[in-house]
Amino acid sequence: MALPARESPIGKRVSLFVTCIVDMIYPNTGMSVVDILEHVGVEVDFPPDQTCCAQPAFNAGYRAEARTVAKHFFKAFKDAEVIVTPSGSCAAMVRHEYPHLFTPEDGEPYEQAQRMASITWEFSEFLVEGLGIANLDLTLPEKRSFAIHDACHGLRGLGLGGASRDLISHLGNAELTELNECEVCCGFGGLFSVKMPDISNAMLQNKIDNINASAADTIVTGDVSCLTQMNGGLSRKKSGKRVVHLADVLAQALGGERA
Amino acid sequence: MTLEVQSNDFIALADIALHNDDLQHAIGEGTRTAYYRRLDTMFAHGDEHGEFMRQQAAEAKRRALRELPDLLEKAERNLKKNGYQVEWAEDAAQANQLVLDIARRHQAHTVTKSKSMLTEELGTNSAMEAAGLRVVETDLGEYIIQLAGETPSHIVGPVMHKTKAEIRDVFVRELDMAPTDNAEEMVAFARRMLRDDFLNADMGISGGNFLIAETGSIGLVMNEGNGRMCTSLPRVHIALIGIEKIVDTVEDYATLTQVLPSSSTGQKMTVYTNILNGPGRADEGDGPEQAYVILVDNGRSDIYATKYTEVLSCIRCGACQNACPVYRTMGGHAYGWVYGGPIGAVLTPLFVGLEKATPLPHASSLCGSCKQVCPVDIDLPRMLLDLRWDLVREGESQAGWDAAMKMWAIGMTSPARFALGGKAARAGQAIMGDYMPGPLGNWSKHRDFPDFAPKPFRQLWKERAPTLYPATKMREGLS
Repeated sequence: MALPARESPIGKRVSLFVTCIVDMIYPNTGMSVVDILEHVGVEVDFPPDQTCCAQPAFNAGYRAEARTVAKHFFKAFKDAEVIVTPSGSCAAMVRHEYPHLFTPEDGEPYEQAQRMASITWEFSEFLVEGLGIANLDLTLPEKRSFAIHDACHGLRGLGLGGASRDLISHLGNAELTELNECEVCCGFGGLFSVKMPDISNAMLQNKIDNINASAADTIVTGDVSCLTQMNGGLSRKKSGKRVVHLADVLAQALGGERA
Repeated sequence: MTLEVQSNDFIALADIALHNDDLQHAIGEGTRTAYYRRLDTMFAHGDEHGEFMRQQAAEAKRRALRELPDLLEKAERNLKKNGYQVEWAEDAAQANQLVLDIARRHQAHTVTKSKSMLTEELGTNSAMEAAGLRVVETDLGEYIIQLAGETPSHIVGPVMHKTKAEIRDVFVRELDMAPTDNAEEMVAFARRMLRDDFLNADMGISGGNFLIAETGSIGLVMNEGNGRMCTSLPRVHIALIGIEKIVDTVEDYATLTQVLPSSSTGQKMTVYTNILNGPGRADEGDGPEQAYVILVDNGRSDIYATKYTEVLSCIRCGACQNACPVYRTMGGHAYGWVYGGPIGAVLTPLFVGLEKATPLPHASSLCGSCKQVCPVDIDLPRMLLDLRWDLVREGESQAGWDAAMKMWAIGMTSPARFALGGKAARAGQAIMGDYMPGPLGNWSKHRDFPDFAPKPFRQLWKERAPTLYPATKMREGLS
């Protein structure tokens, strides 16, 4: 799937799209993103009017509602030069689906959709591909072993996967190991998880078996929604393993207490 | 009588599959084996080569679809030149009637069949049986399914949902096979049983993987050789082919006949790769005396020239089923009609009507694996999204969701209302604990829900000590 061509984001101010779930449930992950971006010398702002990318409505088939919320996104980010978001899924919504949500007949919203798609980056992608920084020159306070769960929209929607591995493998005291079926969906799928909970759970149990069998003590992923699904299942199954957002792992090396 | 559509019972049917340990084991192993074999074969010459093959195959099918009306006429002309008698069927009833008429005309009693998903769609077997014909499926998987009185659960591996022990039990129960757990012995037994049918059949029925317009030929691939028996031994051969199976040139066929087995079983080529060109000629030692091609529409032209046209490119390889994490948990029967998995979730509503298959567009986490593995690059996730949109527009969405989505959109278009919603959620969680209201209650059935943060990010951001643009932090070695 061809994505709109994009200008280099180097030297530009970053508007953080923190996402609704990070805002309400994982605000510290948002702060980790800010810390890492500032660590590499990026100016960060937080457009205060932001809410959600509209994906829940879009995926449920409610296009009118999705258009309404997307237009709000355009307003909230109208001054943005570059948008960075700690979610492959929300980034894919903006980049893949916004251009489909509006047609040239819509006029300005269509232009806005194209623009938003062209300036939006997922967090790990922004660092590695946008800025060209895979080595953050950071070391974790103690040795840990990680494996990556490739969240679906990041991997297959945006072609990510390499960036988070690059970042972790350059992190001091971090060992990168394997997770079997790391590319297979965890079963979240947004409303899918509540519309078809038993199927979603069967997918989750397969993921949990693979996580428990992994040599990694921590699973790293780039989407808090998948993380919520997996940790919800791991916790229910009394597993000692947990899934952590990439930004929190990286920020731990800055000396915070977040991961 | 075509197969009854049970797709609206998807969740109940899925539940049965989720509680069937044998099925879980068989489907889990069958899909994964095929998935990894596909990766090995498709990308044996590098990722770029594999991807290029996929795009070349996609374009061959897209081109054929763009020129569909012309190519069908061209195919008809060239089929006739080869000695085929060509018939057209608008729907299942017409197609089955044509088959029965041909059988009667040639006084056929025993019919051997090679594997055909189209005839599953049409219910051709039951139509023939009702007319007193003896029908024998000769693909091993289909043979087992027929004996068991079931339907295929997978496009390529119809019996994928059964374990070896279950297959043994079918042979013992239905054909008095001496019990054995040795797969080779079971296959040898089935081969002996089928031999007489191959030799005694009056009529053979096949599908067609491809219909090659420029030569008027049928491309037919198989691994067991049974299709050759069905199309060359009996006096009469009928090929039932969906109109979307058309390709223009032999060159296109050459591309597609590579990606089909690579994608479905991970073979570079099927064991038998055939191009059929009509009845046996006078100077040939075998071949049918009469050969028919029935070109079947059965809903295809209703899909043509809609936003779902691309789905007609499907070459029925089953790769999307093998890759789909939803299919992997339950197999194909839960989808309630002929086709399971992502392709079934799209094709079923389009063929039988959205109102008869309302859960299927939602039977996906939209993980994108189906599109990734599709040898003709069909954007199945996008079609599932479009079908969900159609559901909403046609008023087929689940009760409660319309109002919930309207409320949600109101909440999301104002940061103040958004923040208020967050506060309400926190307060709600404090009172209700892990119990969540409405459909969200389905979450806590299998998973714990995290606590809402005492302070949302927007508040942490406000309280944060103001930082100047930290350009000075940009250290050497980082850029």
